[in-house]
Amino acid sequence: MSTILTLPDQATARVPKRNYLTNENGLLSWLLTGDHKRIAILYLISITFFFFIGGALAGLIRMELLTPQSDLMASDTYNKIFTMHGVIMVFLFLVPSVPATLGNFMIPIMVGAKDLAFPKINLLSWYLYLVGGGMTLAAMISGGVDTGWTFTTPMSTHFSNTNVVTTGLAIFVAGFSSIFTGLNFIVTIHKMRAPGMTWFKLPLFVWSNYAASILMVLGTPVLAITLVLVVLERTIGIGVFDATKGGDPILFQHLFWFYSHPAVYIMILPGMGVISEVISTFSRKRVFGYTAVAFSSVAIAVFGFFVWAHHMFIMGVSNYAVLVFSLLTMLVAVPSAIKIFNWAFTLYKGSITFETPMLYAFGFMGLFTIGGLTGVFLGSAGTDIHLTETYFIVAHFHFVMVGGMLMAFLSGVHFWWPKMTGRMYPEKLSQLAAVVTFIGFNLTFFPQFLVGMLGMPRRYAAYPQEFQVLNVFSTAGATILGVGYLLPMIYLVWSLKYGEVAGNNPWQATGLEWQIQSPPLTENFTTIPIVTQDVYDYEWLERQKEHEVTHVG
Amino acid sequence: MSEHFENHDPNCGHDEAEHHIVGPATYAIIFGALLLGTAITIGASYLEMGPWNPVVALAIAVTKATLVVLFFMHIKYSSRLMKLTVGAGVFTFLILVGMSLADYFSRAWGQW
Amino acid sequence: MSDSSHQLTADAGVTPHVHPPYQRHHFVSMEQQTETTSFGMWLFLLTEIMFFGGLFTAYLIYRNWYYPAFVAGSHQLNIFWGSLNTLLLITSSFTMAMGVWCSETKRQKGLIWSLIATLILGLGFLGIKTIEYKEKWEKHHIPGASFSWQGFVHPTPEELKNGDKALPEDIARKTEVYFSLYFAMTGMHAVHMIIGIALLCGMLAKAMRGGYMDGHIAFVENFGLYWHFVDIVWIFLFPLLYLISRHQ
Repeated sequence: MSTILTLPDQATARVPKRNYLTNENGLLSWLLTGDHKRIAILYLISITFFFFIGGALAGLIRMELLTPQSDLMASDTYNKIFTMHGVIMVFLFLVPSVPATLGNFMIPIMVGAKDLAFPKINLLSWYLYLVGGGMTLAAMISGGVDTGWTFTTPMSTHFSNTNVVTTGLAIFVAGFSSIFTGLNFIVTIHKMRAPGMTWFKLPLFVWSNYAASILMVLGTPVLAITLVLVVLERTIGIGVFDATKGGDPILFQHLFWFYSHPAVYIMILPGMGVISEVISTFSRKRVFGYTAVAFSSVAIAVFGFFVWAHHMFIMGVSNYAVLVFSLLTMLVAVPSAIKIFNWAFTLYKGSITFETPMLYAFGFMGLFTIGGLTGVFLGSAGTDIHLTETYFIVAHFHFVMVGGMLMAFLSGVHFWWPKMTGRMYPEKLSQLAAVVTFIGFNLTFFPQFLVGMLGMPRRYAAYPQEFQVLNVFSTAGATILGVGYLLPMIYLVWSLKYGEVAGNNPWQATGLEWQIQSPPLTENFTTIPIVTQDVYDYEWLERQKEHEVTHVG
Repeated sequence: MSEHFENHDPNCGHDEAEHHIVGPATYAIIFGALLLGTAITIGASYLEMGPWNPVVALAIAVTKATLVVLFFMHIKYSSRLMKLTVGAGVFTFLILVGMSLADYFSRAWGQW
Repeated sequence: MSDSSHQLTADAGVTPHVHPPYQRHHFVSMEQQTETTSFGMWLFLLTEIMFFGGLFTAYLIYRNWYYPAFVAGSHQLNIFWGSLNTLLLITSSFTMAMGVWCSETKRQKGLIWSLIATLILGLGFLGIKTIEYKEKWEKHHIPGASFSWQGFVHPTPEELKNGDKALPEDIARKTEVYFSLYFAMTGMHAVHMIIGIALLCGMLAKAMRGGYMDGHIAFVENFGLYWHFVDIVWIFLFPLLYLISRHQ
């Protein structure tokens, strides 16, 4: 028997009594769970918590930058604020965001398995995340760190008198959380696909997470050893990054960015996977050039390892290194662009509807394109010399990370919310929130491109008077953006009790996850599926629906 | 419709590693080779070979490591996936070392 | 009824298959479980390759920059202890491989003795490392506040006889970089040995109670992979740290 797509009557759907949320009760059943879905929810709550702390810090940054003087806080404090904002947002929010929540939840279901390969390691991963997050908070509360999230030497090793060691160790621990998630995904995707689920029948969300997982496993350990060396340098004074002892501060940057550049692809690739799913569902069309998108994901991962020194063009690397890394950076942009083109061609002649996930996906496509293009400007060494360490960089990475990744995350959360909770969120309110977020985002970050080009440096609490107008716009935008992010918090929680019952397949999407109940059973499937359906087979679905049946097969 | 899905079923594949048991004879030979390699590398370090000293030392070390990976860790008898996995790790390691060293070496070449 | 609305069925007429008690429920077969755990272990070893990779990168760069200091530093290491340690580790890899074979062929006594041998060899390694580190401490070669490079500007007559040269002060200072890397690399390696030995003790205890004789040997095999990897790291550390130009 083959897989059968079902389109149950949404009007009569009821939340099934037995599901992964109701299967077991009690705090311990959550804290000691091996169920990937429960772990995903635990992660979702945790990263949301850290997101709001990071967001509050962003609010403080923007408040300080309302005026040219460093009047809201001393420069030292400002350094701590933007450092903690970066550390929390990068390591405790963006890196785990899609993989640890949506990836954990969906990947086993999408490949047709009952769980990830190593459920206990999955749980361990969450606990490591909590320990790392807790240590970061402890460092923050007991005085903070002021080196920037990049921990650049010799500031971090010699001149800073803040909690570098605690934060460094915290990120070391959090890094292992990331490694274990990636390891779990790679093994699951290779070894636990259901019969008939070939690589090219996998949803592109799986491909993207697979590529990101490769980066997690191969890149994060280099960050780990780098942090160990910084801690040793700071505590014992071993001299490996200390110029007075013969060490090279640039070596730190080589090792740090060897991870941190692939890290940005760890952050964005899963988001791109979400976009593939959402765009195909809401244009009722298979993703254009599936193979190209799948291979592009892996290409981004592989090439992502070759370009790290484009963060170091002005730091003292050799001119030849600058040349080579600049060239390679141009290459790495190509697969990302291929994906954007493919999504655009997916939309072309599709039956497009504008549900909330799709609104966020549109936002992603526009904003990520701008962010990505500005990345190409920065990859060109000549322009980078002018633009680096200015607000242009800040705008660039916020466009890709917030306009891109965060929008993709919200898109995914809204897309799979009915599956995870069995409930729908209020559509009109969520569409409003998406629009508010888009407007707020552009108002916040577009002026930063301008102000960066005009020469405003980053990481400074005080700036020349002529930049104030644009900074005021930016802060105003940040307020609107904050509202845009608060709204989903409120209505998503509200929907848990009062939202409309979703049923199995509210979007009438293809994909294994939509063939099972919402919320799913603990074991996902009552029997392991045998996959014969092509992925994103919307044409087949349309043909079936023409006969006005709700039960097809 | 319930045809044979062995070709598609990733779980039905046969894997030689699970059935191929490497015996003591093979292990003993490799052990001997490793001891020999160690002796050679110690001896070679006492010879004056100029720039070739580190090359020889690394070559011997790589050979020994390869023997351990292939035989003690059973990669020779493992699936293509395992071989590819080891290769990916070695490749990424070489990128880290190679491209970082390239920067340091090329600094000495001056401006252009 | 949600169940009847999705018909994701397996083959009709599938019989409930019997599986060993140690097969986890999310796996369909023991074969899948074994391959999966082995693959997972290899991926973990990949992270270890990259972890040590950072240290090797640092080492190669500084060795290139401060070669004379590295030579002088390397000569401070005792080649006898280093060679002996290498022998101990290679032998322990052999005994561990034999242990895996014994568990595969259900030789209980062989497994226990192999594990004991591996343990003793591993402990011997750590013992020798302790001797070496103690010697470093006494000679003020541990980087940090207590480090002294004076001995490289003014070598002892015995060292001069062995071929060591007096270094100018600025290069002599760079020996601290060498020793930093020596301690970072061998220290990190030793940490991995300690973790391995702890796991080995647990495994030995279980083997003595009759474990690993029912076919459930994934732990032994995967531990073996870990142990061999730690051996491989040492295979590179030994020539790079101990054998820099012993002919000079």
